[in-house]
Amino acid sequence: MNVTELEKRLLAAARAERPSDRVPYAFEKRVMARIAALPVVDVWALWARSLWRAAVPYALAVACLAVWIHFSAEPATPGDRIAMDFENVVLAAAEESSFESSLEF
Amino acid sequence: MEPTDAELIAAVLRGDPASFEPLVVRYQPRVFATARRYARREDEVEDIVQEVFVKAFQRLNTYRAEAPFEHWLMRMAVRVCYDFLRRHQRNRETNFAELSDDEGEWLDRLGAKGDASPDAAAAKQLVGRLLDRLSPDARLVITLLEIEERSVKEIVKLTGWSETLVKVRAFRARAQMRKLVVKMQPEKYL
Repeated sequence: MNVTELEKRLLAAARAERPSDRVPYAFEKRVMARIAALPVVDVWALWARSLWRAAVPYALAVACLAVWIHFSAEPATPGDRIAMDFENVVLAAAEESSFESSLEF
Repeated sequence: MEPTDAELIAAVLRGDPASFEPLVVRYQPRVFATARRYARREDEVEDIVQEVFVKAFQRLNTYRAEAPFEHWLMRMAVRVCYDFLRRHQRNRETNFAELSDDEGEWLDRLGAKGDASPDAAAAKQLVGRLLDRLSPDARLVITLLEIEERSVKEIVKLTGWSETLVKVRAFRARAQMRKLVVKMQPEKYL
């Protein structure tokens, strides 16, 4: 008898052997008890928990960013100062004229 | 009159978990029979069946009622069994261990008369040992295709694999099975 034939016989034996569908006593009660014990998923609680968890890393990230911005700010160049002075003069003049016109009214 | 599957499912989805119990009672024999194809120890079988129903309960809202509930549940059962096989890949040693006396005798009778009773306990044991040594993919495909005699299309639906993948895995599974049969040293007995 060759291997293929033996394989066929073995598979035939397996086909002939139908597995039992016997169910242990009150098995459905066991399943229902397990279902009842399942944790209830509260979406809001999950959301709140993840927010609290994220709070500390975010605070740290903001602090690092603030420190980095503070120390990486370049000192004002002479060009910047001229621009600022020019802006102050123009705005002061504009403010003065608007103040005078409000008095006239 | 007993409530239909659809009525029970609707009740569960409305928030009445107790309505799931009649569904468990209705389908547990089929799920047990399926689980016993893949696990031999009764405690493992019970774990599988419990997992199938718990998963079905948790995912009941994904059931679209396009196919009967039983088909949906059996698909879940096959997938849980497949996960079980993958989790419990026992030491599938390459050389087939020595056959027991009963198994050798069964092969002897098969060789002598060419006809050993197919329902012999030894044959069942031998097939069980062979299947245990197959990879999870191979075992699933051999069980569905050769033992349960399902079509490729049915296997596609049950496993979620593509048709080509089922055919490729079936080819490899048969080759793996043949290799194992050779390792049983049948010439010693036949």
